[in-house]
Amino acid sequence: MITRPTPAWIRRLLVFATGLIAVLLLSAPAAQGYHPGTPAAPSAVASSSLPAGQIVAQEFSDRISGVLRNADGPLPDVTISVSGNGFDGETTSAANGSWSIGVPEQGAYEVTLEVDTLPEGTALAEGQANPRTVTFAGTSNVTTLFLFGDGIVANTTSFWDTLAERTLAGLSFGLLLALSAVGLSLIFGTTGLTNFAHGEMVTFGAVVAFGFAAIGLPIFVAIPLAVVAGALLGWVQDAGLWKPLRRRGTGLVPMMIVSIGLALALRYIIQFNFGGATQQLPGAQSARLDFGPVSISQNNLNSLLISLVIILLVGFLLLRTRIGKATRAVSDNPALAAASGIDVDRVIRIVWMVGGALAALGGILWAYYRPGVSFNMGQQILLLIFAGVVLGGLGTVFGALIGSIIVGLFVEISTIWLEADLKYVGALLIMILVLLFRPQGILGRKERVG
Amino acid sequence: MDFGNILALAFGEMISPTTAAYALAALGLAVHFGYSGLLNFGQAGFMAVGAYGYAISTLTFNAPLPVAVLVALTASVLFALILGIPTLRLRADYLAIVTIAAAEIVRYIVTTNGLTDVTGSANGLANFENGFFALNPLAPGSYNVGPISMNERDLWIRIVGWTIVALACLTVWLLMRSPWGRVLKGIREDENAVRALGKNVYAYKMQALVIGGLLGSLAGMIFTLPRGAVQPANYATELTFFLYTCLLLGGMATVLGPVIGAMIFWVVLSLTQGLLYGAIEIGAITFLSNVQAGQLRYILVGVALMLLMVFRPQGVLGNKKELAFA
Repeated sequence: MITRPTPAWIRRLLVFATGLIAVLLLSAPAAQGYHPGTPAAPSAVASSSLPAGQIVAQEFSDRISGVLRNADGPLPDVTISVSGNGFDGETTSAANGSWSIGVPEQGAYEVTLEVDTLPEGTALAEGQANPRTVTFAGTSNVTTLFLFGDGIVANTTSFWDTLAERTLAGLSFGLLLALSAVGLSLIFGTTGLTNFAHGEMVTFGAVVAFGFAAIGLPIFVAIPLAVVAGALLGWVQDAGLWKPLRRRGTGLVPMMIVSIGLALALRYIIQFNFGGATQQLPGAQSARLDFGPVSISQNNLNSLLISLVIILLVGFLLLRTRIGKATRAVSDNPALAAASGIDVDRVIRIVWMVGGALAALGGILWAYYRPGVSFNMGQQILLLIFAGVVLGGLGTVFGALIGSIIVGLFVEISTIWLEADLKYVGALLIMILVLLFRPQGILGRKERVG
Repeated sequence: MDFGNILALAFGEMISPTTAAYALAALGLAVHFGYSGLLNFGQAGFMAVGAYGYAISTLTFNAPLPVAVLVALTASVLFALILGIPTLRLRADYLAIVTIAAAEIVRYIVTTNGLTDVTGSANGLANFENGFFALNPLAPGSYNVGPISMNERDLWIRIVGWTIVALACLTVWLLMRSPWGRVLKGIREDENAVRALGKNVYAYKMQALVIGGLLGSLAGMIFTLPRGAVQPANYATELTFFLYTCLLLGGMATVLGPVIGAMIFWVVLSLTQGLLYGAIEIGAITFLSNVQAGQLRYILVGVALMLLMVFRPQGVLGNKKELAFA
């Protein structure tokens, strides 16, 4: 800590800092040009005349949405009007029954379903309030569902069906958390750093994917490019910042605070370029697929499969390859690993790149899950990622996987009983309780706790 | 671009109640982190508990001012105990994660729709400050403080806020030069050595957590009174990180460091805003919008936090030997 900094490393840090700012300030003009960060207040008519379900440029970042369907299928061309906070607008449901309307600010709105625009023979179910009041709860999107049919009361699905559906969604969410958590845990294991800037690495992936998509690349090209960019960000961070700090012998707590500074800087650099609004990646709305009692949206299913494959791949690499073995050795004891001929710096460099790539992929999947890309999306799940890592045991890769899945399941299943705006609270409480009784986490070793 | 006006605004920021609240909350962090080595990342949670404790007891239970303040302080003590029991035995990085999670839990709970009647949900609460301003002995009118003028309410909240900051500084200074404070610094340096002397390390840490939390809770009240409103969005994790920036600017194991750090933080933010907006206005800077200029300032905060931590972790006033980490 007290070693005098060498001029060479000061130069490196300054080069890193200016480079980082220059690159990120100038990086995403595509996104900026495509969707201006500070939209002029558009007229309500313009926003609501868009066909719902097909979200093009969003003028407002806050939205009220829902899906209209009865037992026979989706209900298209039904008019829904929204008023409140000095705003009046209306929209019609799309062919798949979905509708969505942007509102200028968060708050309470009165949502009315125009009953005379419903198709013949369809009526609202008993007990369905119309008009009804919808209130934002901190998120930029609220959903309200109108249920249809004769004598159907609100709670039609059985508890077990709901549970199965929530479990599937939770698995999808948990696996996407696991992508980021595995990277965080690998970095913690090999360097001891609790990286608070990991949330911004998540955001970075989604924002870059959006940027590539905005300049016209197809999404299946944009996503791999964004993942590569995430790996690059990991490499730049390690080479420009963390490696010099390690060289200098900086303690773990100062490094943690440096990562907080980096998180703040990156978050506002992203907002600087991207603006404060929520944007959608191409294909953000997808059809729901039914598998017997449970249904899941196509995007969530894809996300589940992609994260599963990637995590199995990472597990295989860790267990079966030389570099994986070296990573586990460094994680166990860096000095001993170095003594037995492992290039510790190289391993850490690779871990940062893998961590960055996984975080970027996690961010893209998170953008589809929410859905939406915004500058603070990574910050929103950072604590859930931490919860997954801590639950499984800091520094253990497979613990991070198990912990994240538990967090994901818990978040989704708890919505059966808890209000949706409290769903993250349950996961965080579970983390604190586990620390009470098993501080080292599920797979952690006791020595890791002080 | 009117430099006189920009400087006057910066001076106004220096003595604003928000700066006083930041100074007080950062002083609480100095007790936690600087003196005891507890990495509390949940100071925003303590501030929220103070602000909501005061607002809810005033609005929901019609409590008079002293009772409301007492409720807020008691609530923060309870929060400190609940937080401390599971976490004070943990290592620094676990403690950081748990405290930041606890602060977010507080924020989610006051934001939830189910409690809208009590907490006002995302819109928060308002109109609870009348009891405080009813105590104002100053005659209505305009008062000049240096280059800026303000009404009697603004002056009253500033007098009360900075008096509390001064008293808190005095208390912390006395505490830290007492035997109790020396034990606390001993825990920061070497927990096991203190334990070997027969001290109950856990109890000392808990007391430090409670005292720092009380300061945070007072800060929450000072933060919210001049606004006349309390909103959950103000108490997000970024508030804690800004407080850490103030603390590290001033010096983490010092009494006056957090106060000076908070003043520097707000003066620099105000100056950069004034200069950037002025430069945009006269057309010297054309590639930035006003919104982006605002964001640029927070990018600078992040970079400043990194550079401070790397190059001058002891801050303006601090002593390098007194760092909570080696």
